[in-house]
Amino acid sequence: MSMTATVGRAHADPHHIGIVIEHPGPASKRIVTAYGFWVFLLSDIVMFSCFFAAYAVLVGQTAGGPKGSEIFEQRNVAIETVCLLLSSFTCGMASIAADVRNRFWFYFGMAVTCVLGLVFLAMEFREFADLVSRGYGPSRSAFLTAFFSLVGCHGLHVSAGVLWLLTMMAQVFAKGFRADILRRMMCFALFWHALDIIWVAVFSVVYLLGSGV
Amino acid sequence: MLGKLDWSAIPFDQPIPLLAGAVVLVAILAVLIWVVVKGHLPYLWHEWITSVDHKRIGVMYILLASVMLLRGGSDAIMMRIQQAVAYQSQGYLPPEHYNQIFSAHGTIMIFFVAMPFVIGLMNLIVPLQLGVRDVAFPTLNSVGFWLAATGALLVNLSLVIGEFARTGWLAFPPLSELSYSPGVGVDYYAWSLQISGVGTLVAGINLVTTVLKLRTRGMNYLRMPMFCWTTLASNLLIVAAFPILTATLAMLLLDRYLGFHFFTNEAGGNVMMFMNLIWAWGHPEVYILVLPAFGIFSEVVSTFSGKALFGYRSMVLATMAICVISFMVWLHHFFTMGAGPDVNAIFGIASMIIAIPTGVKIYNWLFTMYGGRIRFETPMLWAVGFMVTFIIGGLTGVLVAVPPADFMLHNSMFLVAHFHNVIIGGVLFGAFAGFEYWFPKAFGFRLDERWGKAAFWFTFLGFYVTFVPLYIAGMLGMTRRMQHYDVAAWRPWMIVAAIGMVVLTVGVICQVMQIVVSIRNREALRDRTGDPWDGRSLEWATSSPPPVFNFAFSPDVRGEDAYWDMKIHAQQQSLEHEGPEYQDIEMPRNSPTGFVCAFFATIMGFALIWHMWWMVILGGIGAFATFVVFAWRDHDEYVIPAEEVARIDRVNLEERRSLVSMAGAI
Ligand code: HEM
Ligand SMILES: [Cu+2]
Repeated sequence: MSMTATVGRAHADPHHIGIVIEHPGPASKRIVTAYGFWVFLLSDIVMFSCFFAAYAVLVGQTAGGPKGSEIFEQRNVAIETVCLLLSSFTCGMASIAADVRNRFWFYFGMAVTCVLGLVFLAMEFREFADLVSRGYGPSRSAFLTAFFSLVGCHGLHVSAGVLWLLTMMAQVFAKGFRADILRRMMCFALFWHALDIIWVAVFSVVYLLGSGV
Repeated sequence: MLGKLDWSAIPFDQPIPLLAGAVVLVAILAVLIWVVVKGHLPYLWHEWITSVDHKRIGVMYILLASVMLLRGGSDAIMMRIQQAVAYQSQGYLPPEHYNQIFSAHGTIMIFFVAMPFVIGLMNLIVPLQLGVRDVAFPTLNSVGFWLAATGALLVNLSLVIGEFARTGWLAFPPLSELSYSPGVGVDYYAWSLQISGVGTLVAGINLVTTVLKLRTRGMNYLRMPMFCWTTLASNLLIVAAFPILTATLAMLLLDRYLGFHFFTNEAGGNVMMFMNLIWAWGHPEVYILVLPAFGIFSEVVSTFSGKALFGYRSMVLATMAICVISFMVWLHHFFTMGAGPDVNAIFGIASMIIAIPTGVKIYNWLFTMYGGRIRFETPMLWAVGFMVTFIIGGLTGVLVAVPPADFMLHNSMFLVAHFHNVIIGGVLFGAFAGFEYWFPKAFGFRLDERWGKAAFWFTFLGFYVTFVPLYIAGMLGMTRRMQHYDVAAWRPWMIVAAIGMVVLTVGVICQVMQIVVSIRNREALRDRTGDPWDGRSLEWATSSPPPVFNFAFSPDVRGEDAYWDMKIHAQQQSLEHEGPEYQDIEMPRNSPTGFVCAFFATIMGFALIWHMWWMVILGGIGAFATFVVFAWRDHDEYVIPAEEVARIDRVNLEERRSLVSMAGAI
């Protein structure tokens, strides 16, 4: 405020702590956006943990239906995992391309990410459809309920991510690398990597632990 | 085409909801026609509905809360009348109707009164206290508000189209499963909470980011006003707890819509999992509500005592302690469900530990008052009334946190009295204190003191007359949610409680009168200085109401109680300063995104409730398209030229000069 312009720094250390680090003022837009998006991702992870917890509670409740080890196909899951991990890499490449304003590599990186995401989704869909056709749908037992919900929730996130990805490509196509679009791109990349991390957890908790039993 | 919706959804045989619905519909139509005929529509659209200004959004949140308070209050009146007359008789309400009323009452009061009220106050004040121009994400802020409004709208729709849940405000399975609740009531409940829950999460993320990343120069953490701290704590809890609610309701909905088995009795579903999940959200939720109220009381007590807050740092510590501990005690809500003595003991002790930081706070407020120059204006009355009331509520809380005692008191009227004691005496009194305290800031004129004091006294007394009898009835063995009863000993207390309800209603009428009278006398009550209470934090450093950009210059903070400091120093230095260089200010543009998005969310929610799948898809595509259109716009800011800023600020400074010389005299 203008009225303090002449006041000295007498009150800089009201508690006599000894160290005073003056707060420099509001952060830049880029930092604020990224920070807010991180907070969102944390809350999303809390939501996932609920589904993980439900899975842990219900994993033994097969109600006479199949156990995990009887329905999981390791090969399928391995390919899915590779797709997703690779897509994280290509998404990183697209981010770098966006940072250096290289349209070709940006489109290329995003397109490959998109294809990998779609392959992942297709395989997951096939797994689900296959289970349902054998009578092992989510209403068969509480275990299958928890399994379909947890894995499906991740799949829904990936689908939303693909939609977002396409929108990002269209935006760059129409508007170029504007500051706000770059900020959005940063959020998208964070989102995609977070999905990868969650998949690693799904992979370990559901498929690895599950097929051992 | 219309899914489950047909004429039987409209309760033609039940006069009360139909009449109420008709009255509301006529009122809404009348207001709409008046708005259109008077030509206010463009003003409303440009200045309010599409506004992304945190102050406007805050005001709209509070307006939503006030309207819903009247709705929830009518439910309360109906319940109190029913219990007063239903001794050895059916009373005047059919049982399934009574069940809908108490479910709707609890849901509305928590989600659509208490939540929007505190979020509204935080939105309105926190950026001002931090000395910044807006929240971190202004457009999202508007989206959050309109989604909350969508939820409220859906709940009210259930009054005339279909029905509301009969399960209580937490919709416990298996009662809320399809086999026991085949109607649309639980779906109304779940979808309106899902949609407004997204809004709440958005608001939480926004405010956390605002407090952590957007403070003005020199506003170190240990210089933030207490209200900013409690806002931070409360919103951290929102970010951590609301996703749990979302997940829990999603599971319930999957059970209901797709035949999943999370909480069913068959196929291995687990009802206790619902208890754990819902209370892992539910217990933090009560602290989400009460922490901001604690912040408001801190501001009010220190302003009206003319002293800095006593024990500021212990207060910060207590706030953050509550924030953490509130996540570790959820199990005390189901001591009686067979977790075993060890678990119960641990959670019992953990619950009682919360009383320590809360006690610290109470002592700090008392010591702030001690030796101060106390002015008993309306906000201060609410604060003192709160302290007295909350101590009782806290004590009974510690009592029900003792597992053996809880076996007696669980699900009794004692419990009902306890949580109303803390929610009304804590949250609602806090909301009213904040309302009275910050009203002049938001609108530029004070509220009438006489009506305000009358409102306080009627509400305060009415509260005791209503809820002390419930404590007693609870100890006499009366359980909650009774449609009728045969025990003669309970009857007198139910009648006293109904009388208390009348007194409370008078309090509400006084509150309404206060606003009407104040608006009528607004010229006489005008606040020209921007600092009507001789305040201590930065929101008082700008004019009332503040310009869109809040501050012409970003304030430079040099200590706690930033504005008090400025006033003192300005006095010493006789307020000499050069006319500073004004600069252009960039502000975010208005945007209909929030409103349009909520429009589609309403369509989608309604369609989901009635299983109209084509409409669900329509709503979903609409909401997505809204965001794409928003993402496509080229200019998201506009510039307020320096001359305009200068003109506005000079007026403000002129008014203020006189004030500053006054403040120094204290
Ligand atoms: C204005 C005075 C109020 C009165 C007279 C009142 C009365 C009642 C009554 C009779 C019940 C049902 C108790 C039972 O289970 O038998 C109830 C439940 C409840 N009330 Fe209030 N209420 C009031 C205000 C509030 C406020 C302001 C809030 C929250 C901000 C609130 C939150 C709740 C909740 C959460 C429940 C539990 C609902 C349930 O058990 O399903 N009430 N109230
Ligand atoms: Cu609790």
